[in-house]
Amino acid sequence: MNAIVTVDHLRVEFATDGGTVVGVEDVSFTIAPGETLCVVGESGSGKSVTSLSLMRLVEFGGGTITAGALNFVRTDGSTLDVAAASPQVMGGVRGNEIGMIFQEPMTALNPVFTVERQLTDGLMLHKGISQQAASARALDLLKSVRIPEPERRLRQYPHELSGGMRQRVVIAMAMACEPKLLIADEPTTALDVTIQAEILALINRLKREKGMAVLFITHDMAVVAQMADRVVVMYRGRIVETGTVQQIFEHPREDYTKALLAAVPKLGEMKGKPAPERMRLIGDDAARAAQIAPKPRKPELLLQVKNLTTRFPVKGGILRRTVAQVHAVEDVSFALNVGETLALVGESGCGKSSCGRSILRLVEPTSGEVWIGGRDIGALNHHDLRRARADMQMVFQDPFASLNPYRRLKAQVAEPIQNFGLAHGAELEARVLQLFDRVRLPRDYMNRFPHELSGGQRQRVAIARALALNPKLIIADEAVSALDVSVQAQVLNLMMELQDDLGLSYLFISHDMAVVERVAHHVGVMYLGRIVEIGPRAAIFDSPTHPYTKSLLSAVPIADPNKRRFADDLTFKPISSPIYPLGYQPAPSTYSQVAPGHYVLQA
Amino acid sequence: MKRFLTTKGLIGIILLTVIGLIAIIGPMVIPAEAGTAMDMTARRSPPSLKHLFGTDQLGRDLLIRVILGARTSLQIAVSAVVMSIVLGLPLGLISGYFGGRIDNVLMRLVDTLLAFPALLLALTISAVLGPNVQNTIIAIGVAFTPFLARIIRGEALRVAQMPYVEAARSSGTTDSMIMVRHVLPNILPAVIVQGTISLAFAILAEAGLSFLGLGTQPPAASWGLMIQASRDQLDIAPWTALVPGLAVARTVLGLNMFGDVLRDILDPRSK
Repeated sequence: MNAIVTVDHLRVEFATDGGTVVGVEDVSFTIAPGETLCVVGESGSGKSVTSLSLMRLVEFGGGTITAGALNFVRTDGSTLDVAAASPQVMGGVRGNEIGMIFQEPMTALNPVFTVERQLTDGLMLHKGISQQAASARALDLLKSVRIPEPERRLRQYPHELSGGMRQRVVIAMAMACEPKLLIADEPTTALDVTIQAEILALINRLKREKGMAVLFITHDMAVVAQMADRVVVMYRGRIVETGTVQQIFEHPREDYTKALLAAVPKLGEMKGKPAPERMRLIGDDAARAAQIAPKPRKPELLLQVKNLTTRFPVKGGILRRTVAQVHAVEDVSFALNVGETLALVGESGCGKSSCGRSILRLVEPTSGEVWIGGRDIGALNHHDLRRARADMQMVFQDPFASLNPYRRLKAQVAEPIQNFGLAHGAELEARVLQLFDRVRLPRDYMNRFPHELSGGQRQRVAIARALALNPKLIIADEAVSALDVSVQAQVLNLMMELQDDLGLSYLFISHDMAVVERVAHHVGVMYLGRIVEIGPRAAIFDSPTHPYTKSLLSAVPIADPNKRRFADDLTFKPISSPIYPLGYQPAPSTYSQVAPGHYVLQA
Repeated sequence: MKRFLTTKGLIGIILLTVIGLIAIIGPMVIPAEAGTAMDMTARRSPPSLKHLFGTDQLGRDLLIRVILGARTSLQIAVSAVVMSIVLGLPLGLISGYFGGRIDNVLMRLVDTLLAFPALLLALTISAVLGPNVQNTIIAIGVAFTPFLARIIRGEALRVAQMPYVEAARSSGTTDSMIMVRHVLPNILPAVIVQGTISLAFAILAEAGLSFLGLGTQPPAASWGLMIQASRDQLDIAPWTALVPGLAVARTVLGLNMFGDVLRDILDPRSK
């Protein structure tokens, strides 16, 4: 089979204030028609630079292709070296012979143009066809990406579409001129898991039908296993390993690939295991993780949430009066024992974060009770609440935003202790040192500023800060979602280790089912503000009962190329809106018990 | 301190030092009478050896007047901007951090002030209090406060929603400590930028007030007054506008460069 793309010893440099930085170096690969090549790597590996170079878009980000050739076989059969092509020639290739799908569908679409305008612009430019012909083709395209009610969608603006539909429009745009090569740069990273499944299935079908070559950039090994024919593993701007998807997953040759694969949790691998288990890591961490077996604990109740409801007002009209309410958390009840982890899972907007924040009263719940240590948090006054919060701390998702960029790490970790005057001077210093040791950060990091640390290190600082007051409960709101997979595994292991040593309880808020399966004792599945199913981890994963839990689990990609699930088109029920008119009183959540401790919301 | 030693920082510091020295030393060595001494034989004479920067419509030496005017202009502008920051910073900080009802009340107040053109506001204040240097400072300072308060509020609003503020709140940090430790350092860059821009406008505002007879009183010199006086002779004696104009431009340039470098230095990320 003749390759359609041959990348040969590509080198891209970026000029910065601090001198020249090499983005990628010595990168070579080929892609054949009808083949999906996945380029996988962690942040900073150069995977996006590679894809942008193929479009010659890298120049707009300040990069320069300084060596190598990027040969692309054009529609007319001639070969074009993209690295040397003139801007005019590239203008005819981009969007015409090479299509591109971007990560964030909202920013990839221009909010002031209708869907029709976005689709027809490229067609009229590249194909020189009339407005009518272009509109007809746009409709065909929307049908081919299976958007419901395509005629109506043409006249809509991007904000009127759901996230999944937007990404379908972006794909339709990329497909408009029937490109020979489709570049997809993290096309599903910003999407919920059910929408991701739909989009992956769609890309697979289009590739099959049109015989396109697909260059698929991702950081997610599970997505790679589901999509790739061949895989290129990148690390720090270089190719580590290239091979077929089977080779890479079953017989990885390089240590880096092995470590990367080991760190990926696979959905279903915890079947039959009673307790959470450490993530597999290669090297020292692995040895340490293996040594420690979780201590058995007597069940002892720590946190009890009863009928928690949080609603946010929707303001409207000239007088900014409340016209409706978002029912973010609706009649949620659960209990959490000392030293255990309850995971709240669900898709964006399901209310899992609001639930965590309502427990801490970072947002005021509308009604309900939160009992911890014999006190109802909801009934506390301002002064007592401040004291009570010392028992419950939070770790946030974005490690870049959760630390103050202007303060030294030492000061940020010491702050909670100072707030309650628990230690001063040398004693305070010693406490902070201890905390840094506890989260395995070098002591000399104490005097650094947040920007000098990597994402994983910052998250360790955030954990150290949360531990400063010896809390009983830590609410981890997507605490590892923004981290690279190997770093994620290390931070998860640290969290599990702290749980064993200190008897911490976690309310683990996450969208990642594979991670949850690994760390949780109990799982609650949230949908439209309610818990639709809750129970022991094994019960939820082995015998999901609620239809939503089932569809959620069926949409999770599995990091195993022999278990492919996205061959045919998939459509999941779109999540409806949790906005209700004022005064609307929803029915209380009533549950039926399907097994001991396993409850399902009654419809 | 090494980090001030960028090209930009150096130029900024040199410009400001020179202007500052002129403003301080100038009036010490040059007697006030020299600024008002008229040479009727050399009215509107272009720059020459006798009058390096030329003379104005009354034959007064522009070099001497621009040196004497530096102190008046800078004193008023700097004091007024400091005053507007002192007033606007707590207003904007509290409004943006607490939000809700407090924000509504404070910002409606600020909006009311914003509804009047800053100069008109300054004019009213100055007219009520009477024309002298101190009242000119108060007038301009109060008139500039709403702009600063608005910008600081926007920044404070953004910072107050950052996870590190929530983390601080959930670990028991009091509101006042959060504002001082977390919000203030993060909004300082915006304050510095807005402050340096305001200085330029304050110099011009003083000119406007002086023109209307409510700021610096002739025959005393200020840069603003000189620019205003030159307006009806731009075609025959352009240097009368150019000389004080360049003085203002140079000050603003120096301030902007210095402000930029100061902002970079305060940001630990730029190390």
